Order: sequence, then structure tokens, then C-alpha cells
Amino acid sequence: MLALNNVEVVYDGVILVLKGVSLSAEEGHITTLLGANGAGKTTTLKAISGLLKTERGEVTKGNVELDGERLDRLLPFDVVKRGVVQVFEGRRVFENLTVDENLVAGAHSRSNTADVKAGMERVYGSFPVLKERRSQSAGYLSGGEQQMLVIGRALMSDPKVILLDEPSLGLAPMVIEEIFSVIRRLKDEQKLTVLLVEQNAALALEIADHGYVMENGRIVLEGPAEQLRQNSDIKEFYLGLNEAGSRKSYRDTKHYRRRKRWLS
Amino acid sequence: MPEFEWQFTLVLLTNGIMIGLMYALIALGFVLIYKATDAINFAQGEFVMFAGFLAAVAAEIAGMPFWLSSLLAIGGMVALGFGLERVVLRPLIGRPVIAVVMATIGLAAVLRGTAVMAFGAGTRAIVMPVSDEPFELGPVMLPPVQLVGAGVSLVFLALFTWFFLKSRIGIAMRAVADSQQVAMAMGINVRRYFALAWAMAGIVSALGGVVWGTMLGVDNQLALVGLKVFPVVILGGLDSIMGAVIGGLIVGVVENFAAGYLDPYVGGGTKDFAPYVLMILVLMIRPEGMFGRRRIERV
Repeated sequence: MLALNNVEVVYDGVILVLKGVSLSAEEGHITTLLGANGAGKTTTLKAISGLLKTERGEVTKGNVELDGERLDRLLPFDVVKRGVVQVFEGRRVFENLTVDENLVAGAHSRSNTADVKAGMERVYGSFPVLKERRSQSAGYLSGGEQQMLVIGRALMSDPKVILLDEPSLGLAPMVIEEIFSVIRRLKDEQKLTVLLVEQNAALALEIADHGYVMENGRIVLEGPAEQLRQNSDIKEFYLGLNEAGSRKSYRDTKHYRRRKRWLS
Repeated sequence: MPEFEWQFTLVLLTNGIMIGLMYALIALGFVLIYKATDAINFAQGEFVMFAGFLAAVAAEIAGMPFWLSSLLAIGGMVALGFGLERVVLRPLIGRPVIAVVMATIGLAAVLRGTAVMAFGAGTRAIVMPVSDEPFELGPVMLPPVQLVGAGVSLVFLALFTWFFLKSRIGIAMRAVADSQQVAMAMGINVRRYFALAWAMAGIVSALGGVVWGTMLGVDNQLALVGLKVFPVVILGGLDSIMGAVIGGLIVGVVENFAAGYLDPYVGGGTKDFAPYVLMILVLMIRPEGMFGRRRIERV
């Protein structure tokens, strides 16, 4: 189990971004972290993967634990060795490397060459499109293929936990469906733990087992995905539905903004 | 107008190719660093000079045989590469390119100065244990020193090409060059690869130092061969080993043709600037060089 306990993150020594975040991602489950722009979702992921340090951020309070072992003091490559890998938002492939080479680079933390080969075959099994393009420069793949590649590349390190940052961003619904079905299959078959950051709340709550809602660097709401889907605040602010469950219309004459109940 | 002599042309051409391969060897050191760390190393020529000094002094004072003194130069340059990366370059990671450029220019001056301080200003010789008898190939006479130099260059150029294309470490280095942050997220220890790149540049510079030092003699003028690196890498592309080879060959041949055909009319000197004229032309037509990677733009 991946757990964050009361994590506080400060950038540049002065800017407080996370104000005591606690969350846990159960093994073999998909946990989603929802929230608006700037809520601190990506910062949360970087606090886990250790990449904060490359951006002059640091965990000043609390800790990050994987199965009881502290991660927050480790450097990024050691975090990967422990089995936690982050997939950035925005499909950051190694543009000048071929698809094959991207996968090899992703397996850097593994020493056995046979494992790397087997890992590649598994990734190509999950994403057959990539296999057809294996010797092409990754920079010339389509957006969906690039997203598949960055997920496949992360899987090459044989992780226990994968941190996915906005995998649906800017992709066609059909491609999103394909990617999410692979993620679901990995969870079911390989007991992969997934921490999914999404702005598309409807999509995320559909696939996830458990969810957290983040605002201004704090967790404001938590619960099983099913329960969150029924929550009237979530419906209003994240799913764009009204109390009755139908799509909200802005044509109604008077529009009162509902007060978020978790603020009081 | 003297009549066209194909023999003379052939001599110029083979000489150009030999010299060109040796330029490529030095340019390789530059390319290795640029490829892995995105830093432009203006001290490449000084690296070569320093290595030449190491080899010459080891042979002269300690009386080491040629091969041992070359090995010592390689070891010394690897250590120097590691050390400089740690002390000078590492604190500059993430700073603007100009900061790194200025730092390497400063480094060049320091290396030139310390070499004179430590080894004296006199010209020293490196003696390669090969005969002075030129090797005759039809009408062309090839000095064995050049042959060995060109051979060593070819071997190492091939070795490094294989390394970057096929080995896992080489692929990781290219990944680091592509995006440091993503490489880090993939479990790659970026700093270790920066250090490795500088150490590899040290090896190549040491070989270059021995080869060029044998031909030109070792003093702080030896650093000037480093200036030829710029037309070579601009022609070939800053981050391409293949480009360094082709660029080196072009520069070598152009230089020799200029010396053979133009200098008699203008009284000398074209040899020294002809490669730079070519470089400026290339910059206008194809700024990324012949084999350099183009920025991938998706629309």
C-alpha cells in the first residue's frame, strides 16, 4: 500500500503548495485524485516519485510510505527501484529515440537483459499498435500512440505502483477507452496499484475503486468511487449534473451557485 | 594555369582523408558531451593539448614506452573529465546554456595556463614506435604516423557509434540528452551519465592528444587543433557521430585542396580559413548540419 501521511510541500522555500495531504492507494486498486487546475495533484505525484527535488520543491512535513518503507527522502531513481514510477502528463516520450529504444530506456532500473526482452513483449502485447511502429522515432507517433508508449515505458520498470498524470488529456474518446481498458486489465491481472490524477472526473470515477478530491492543496473529500459519484457536491462541481442527475442547464433564469458543503 | 595533375589531386585527397579522420576523433569528444549533456565544450582543444602533455612528459621524464604513456594519458584524462564535471559543470546543471559556454571558455584558459605552469612552454615530442619510411600506395606516400592516427580514429568512431545505437548505457545517455526530467523519472541516474560523458570525452581527447602530439609536437599551440572542431561539427551536426566523421573528412579535404590549389595564387593562408567559410555557408543553408537531429514538430 502506498500512503501519504500529512504531507506538506514547499516550493522555493516559501510557497506552500500541499497543506497536509493524507491519502492511500490500496494494492491492486485504482485510486483517483480529482481536482481543478492548481489544486496540487501533480505536486502530490511528484512528492511520491521524488521529482520535486528537481524543481526546487521539498517535502517539509509528513512522509510518503510504500509498504511501510519511507520514500520521501529517496532520489527519483531509487524510488523507481522500489517499484514506484510516474507517468508525466503531456505524453513526454523521448522524441529522438525509437519506440524500442524508449522502452529500453524505461527498463533502465532492471539489470537482467532477458527481463527487458520479456517486458517489451508484454508491452507490445498490451499495445499492438506500438509494435508496428517499433523502429520509428517516438516524436512522430500520434498522440494516442505516444500516450500508450509512455505508459508502456513506465511498465518496463516492472512497477508495483504506477502514478498516472492526466492520461486522457487531449485524446479521442476511443483512444482513451483503449488506454483505460489496458490499465484496468493490468490492475486485475498483475495486481498493479494505480494512482490516477484526472480532470475528467466522470471518466476517472468510472474506472476507479476509490477517490479523493483535492482543492487548494488539501484533500476535501474522500470515499469509494461509487459513493463519490452519488455525492451531490461532486455531481454539481465535477460532473456538471444537477441534483436530479440530469445535465445542468444554464438557461434557467436564476442561477445560484451552490455552496460547497465541504468548505464549512 | 598549371595543367591538371591527377596524381597531385590524389595526394591531396588521401592526405585530406587522413587528417580529416583525425579531426573527427577530436570532434567526437565534443559530440559526446553535447549529445549527453547539451553542453558546448569550448575546452576540447585544451583537453587534447593537456593529454598530449601527459603522454609526452610521461615518456620523456619517466622514460615510459609509448604505449604505457598513452595509457597514462587516457587514465589522466578520464580522471580530469570526471573531476571537471564534478567541480565545474555539475553546479551549472539547469543553468542557461551561456553559463556553461562561458565556464568552458574559462576552463580552456585555465588548462592552457596550468599546462605551461606544470610542463613548461617548450615544445615536447611524442615518439610513436613506427618507422619513418612512408608507406607507398601507388603514387601516394603515406606517413605511418598518419596511418596509425587515422586507423585509431576509425576504430573509436565505430566503437562509439555502436555504443550509442545498441548498448543500454548508450540508449540511456541519449534518453538523458532528450529530456533530463523524464529520464530521471524512468530511474536513470542523470548525474552519473553526465560524468560518464565527460570521462568518455577524456578518453577520446587523450587519443587525439597522442596522435596530434606525435604529428605537431606538444606545446600549448596544440590546443589550436581544437578550433577545427567547430567547422567539423557544424558541417556534420552537433550531436551526430556520423556527422563528425563526414564533417571531419570534408574539413580535411577542403583544407588540403585549399593548400594545394589556392595557396600558390594568393601566397598562402587559405588553408586556415577555408573550412570556416564552408562552415558559415552551411550555417546559412542547413543550421542543424548534415546529420544533426532536427527538432520534431508535431502539428
